[in-house]
Amino acid sequence: MEIFDLSALELGARIQSREIGVAEAARACLDRIAAVDKTVNAFITVTEREAMAQAEAVQRRIDSGELTHPLAGVPMAVKDLISTKGVPTTCASRMLENYVPVFDATVVGKLNAIGAVCLGKTNMDEFAMGSSTESSYFGVTRNPWDETRVPGGSSGGSAAAVAAREVFYALGSDTGGSIRQPASFCGVTGIKPTYGAVSRYGLLAYASSLDQIGPLTVDAADAAAVTRAIMGRDLYDSTSVDVPLPDMPQGDSLTGLRVGIPEDYFGEGLGEDVRARVLEMGRTLEALGAELVPVKMPMLDYAIPAYYVLACAEASSNLSRYDGVKYGFRPEKFEDLHDLYITARSEGFGAEVKRRIMLGAFALSSGYYDAYYNKALRVKALIKRAFDACFEQADVLLTPAAPTTAYKLGAHTDDPIQMYLGDIYTVSVNMAGLPGMVVPCGFDGDGLPVGAQLIGRAFGEQTLFAAAHAYQLHTDAHKRHPHFGKEG
Amino acid sequence: MEITDKLVAYVAELAHLKLGDEQKAQAASDLSRMIGYVDKLAQLDTEGVEPMSHAFPVTNVFREDEVRESMDRGLILKNAPASKEGCFLVPKTVE
Amino acid sequence: MATYEMVIGLEVHVELATRTKIFCGCTTRFGGAPNTHTCPICTGMPGTLPVVNRRVVEYAIAAGLATNCEITRFNKFDRKNYFYPDLPKAYQVSQLYLPICRNGHVDIRTAAGEKSVGIHEIHMEEDAGKLMHDPWIDQTMVDYNRCGVPLLEIVSEPDMRSAEEVIAYLTKLRQTLQYLGVSDCKMQEGSLRADVNLSVRPVGQEAFGTRTEMKNLNSFKAIARAIEGEFRRQVELIEDGGRVLQQTRRWDDNKGTSFAMRSKENAQDYRYFPEPDLPPIEISQAWIDAVRARQPELAEAKVERYQREFGLPAYDAGILTEEKPMADLFEQAAAACGKPKEVSNWIMGETMAMMKEKQVLPENLALAPEALGRIVALVAEGRLSRQSAREVFAYAFDGGEDVDGYVKEHGLEMVSDDSAYEAILADVLARCQKDVEAYRAGNQKVFGFLVGQAMKALKGKADPRKINEMLRKALEE
Repeated sequence: MEIFDLSALELGARIQSREIGVAEAARACLDRIAAVDKTVNAFITVTEREAMAQAEAVQRRIDSGELTHPLAGVPMAVKDLISTKGVPTTCASRMLENYVPVFDATVVGKLNAIGAVCLGKTNMDEFAMGSSTESSYFGVTRNPWDETRVPGGSSGGSAAAVAAREVFYALGSDTGGSIRQPASFCGVTGIKPTYGAVSRYGLLAYASSLDQIGPLTVDAADAAAVTRAIMGRDLYDSTSVDVPLPDMPQGDSLTGLRVGIPEDYFGEGLGEDVRARVLEMGRTLEALGAELVPVKMPMLDYAIPAYYVLACAEASSNLSRYDGVKYGFRPEKFEDLHDLYITARSEGFGAEVKRRIMLGAFALSSGYYDAYYNKALRVKALIKRAFDACFEQADVLLTPAAPTTAYKLGAHTDDPIQMYLGDIYTVSVNMAGLPGMVVPCGFDGDGLPVGAQLIGRAFGEQTLFAAAHAYQLHTDAHKRHPHFGKEG
Repeated sequence: MEITDKLVAYVAELAHLKLGDEQKAQAASDLSRMIGYVDKLAQLDTEGVEPMSHAFPVTNVFREDEVRESMDRGLILKNAPASKEGCFLVPKTVE
Repeated sequence: MATYEMVIGLEVHVELATRTKIFCGCTTRFGGAPNTHTCPICTGMPGTLPVVNRRVVEYAIAAGLATNCEITRFNKFDRKNYFYPDLPKAYQVSQLYLPICRNGHVDIRTAAGEKSVGIHEIHMEEDAGKLMHDPWIDQTMVDYNRCGVPLLEIVSEPDMRSAEEVIAYLTKLRQTLQYLGVSDCKMQEGSLRADVNLSVRPVGQEAFGTRTEMKNLNSFKAIARAIEGEFRRQVELIEDGGRVLQQTRRWDDNKGTSFAMRSKENAQDYRYFPEPDLPPIEISQAWIDAVRARQPELAEAKVERYQREFGLPAYDAGILTEEKPMADLFEQAAAACGKPKEVSNWIMGETMAMMKEKQVLPENLALAPEALGRIVALVAEGRLSRQSAREVFAYAFDGGEDVDGYVKEHGLEMVSDDSAYEAILADVLARCQKDVEAYRAGNQKVFGFLVGQAMKALKGKADPRKINEMLRKALEE
């Protein structure tokens, strides 16, 4: 068995048992990055020198018995909108091309503490606004399963990096599906934890009420381990919550678990292969003891418009700080203060970012606030209510993660609405603040991965991990990964 | 709703974006499609539903009034495109 | 020509006297080199988040209770969006939809009588940074030290009708906030700032006229002048057939006129929306009761107590309590020496005279209460003459604390040795033979002259009563 067939926890166990050295693992990944990332372009920044130094330091702490965490020494990567002290954090934007944070995000501090070895910062849609990683200022990321296709987005770099086994796990962020949809497109496992489960301190905000950091991993056990490592109340994030950590998943019995199947999620617009694979997964869960129950989720059609109003409104405010004064892009020529502002922003932001902050400014503007922003907040309340009703009948919901598998590069770049519709199954989970997990559940006719989404109750991560883990004990979609170069 | 040039110019000003003539036309078309799309919300009856800004019932998260050391000024200014004598520098503000 | 009246409402911003900023642990201390009281949070670095300082909420509740407001049980913060270099996030976290206090009032007294000025609302928000123009490079320098200092914005109803009422309202408000300890209300440091909303209307007309908002008012006097100036401007405008425009105007106190600020700053669309980074604040009755129980004694209560407990006249009690630092000085000095009436006299007399002469504001007074108490005690014990006491007082006024040391060092303690008096008197009598004879011949007037000679010889360190007594005895021998 070679190293890239291992999960993060399996590698971590071999590092603890001294079968594999931390530097050896890091070097293997860096070599793989060197070999495949010219094609995949999952990384914006590779921090080779820092990573090798970190690997040495972590090895010493493991050898001294100080570090016993099951993920200690495992190479990983961080989406480039999570602040890393001393390492550029660009949001894949020209605006922040040269921005180097002077502090670490809370999650980065937590992972450093358990001996994570960070190999670099991953590509994404600019400011996380997109579903294909095509709006990055630093070029598109390609899907490791088919380099003519998108990896999904906005955490496309993180998903592709894990799929291509350039790292063993990566942090992403999810505002409307940005972890789950790329996990689905790239055939990896990913979870957007409950809003408040993971600190957002140091996450460059897109839409503060919806953003959440989560991991993209090889399998459900890894997802549970990373989530446990980054979860918890943070004194620097008022919206973070103190809840018990979910247990690590064990065993394959799902007896007594009620899995809701919202029929609205399987209607028009859903690809046939996707529908078939997700429903197959339902039957597998049933075979493991779960009970499938039909549920209703009537708000689905309104989720996307409400989501775009809320997310863009918050984004228009969150991105106002990028004005060429304190950090970030400043044009060489400008006439006065106002001209500095508008020139910095017009040249620093890409087209999709500008589109969204304009829509957001409109939705909040005098005369339109009630019809758009406040209306969307009411719809959000109805969506939450609809989920509450579902969870009276079911413990988790099983849905597709996206209507299709990975599409061709450029397929939707001229049509923002078409791109937005791809988020239909994921956005409402963010609006209700619930945890949503994606697990690979097979492949379509083109050999592209299909992902299924499990939605849980608030802080019900443990149930999601248990269901996903039980499923993965009996299936192997999550174990397959694309091969490159000499292996391919 | 109709997206007039005036509205596009107004929204661009709110967002502090500069639009050339071609971009204005593109922005008008984008905004028109996006707003047309989100106008779907109007079809949903939300009578009597309270707007929900926070999806979870957390309240009263506070910090005690205890001083923490401020950050080294060099770090605060590290990313500043222009600074002088410990200050950020901007084109003159008119009073 | 119609007679006009002015209609005034105030927006008062006070910086709270918390130790730390509203959303981060940086100090609120005034001054400091630029950007040395800052961190990633208050400079709006990407990815940072706010956490509310509990004391800000408590101070807001305290201010609301003291101004008879209803306390809002369910509070939220909102974002107010606008671009300006003093606002690093490009939004100010404030409260629009659910301000923490509403529907209060402050009672004032003027020559026109007693009046209740309505408080529309009080809300919490963060202060902005400071901009300084650098003429050498013709650019603006930005300092974020004040950025994130907690503010209360206190919005009155348009209930005031004269500059006098405005000053009375501000005085009362400042007094209340100072007594609560929620703000030091120093106008010259910007910890109390007032914007004046003013409109005019013919007397008898019910509808309000169009109002202007005046900013940059740095003292109560400037406020009074600005009100008179703006009233005249609006009346003249209307009388000339013009129309008052709703605008923000900047008062120039040196020129005694106001200027309209750029129209861009007038027409703002702030796009307020609920701050997603801060969960709501729920204020329970128990919390309100706890704040109420901790409220310190306010000025009215002190006036009453000073009369009852110390037997001070109502007028004196009123003067002493007008400014909290003076009341504190009085209470502490009186406690130090146990002579409240004498302390009151020293404060009402010497202290206030010297403050006026040296233009020292109460909040900047360096006089230590213990030092004043010690001076009063020494005078009462007959160890310090009035004249010497004034010299020691000048030392203490500038912050000197070692009264006994000063008295000793400068040899100011009164001569208490009888033989010293006798020697001096003998000398005076010998020098002033003529006067002595005149006195003995029945000219009582020269007695005073002789006392003066003796006092002079004793360099003021003598007890006049004792000189009187001994001199009379000597002359009648």
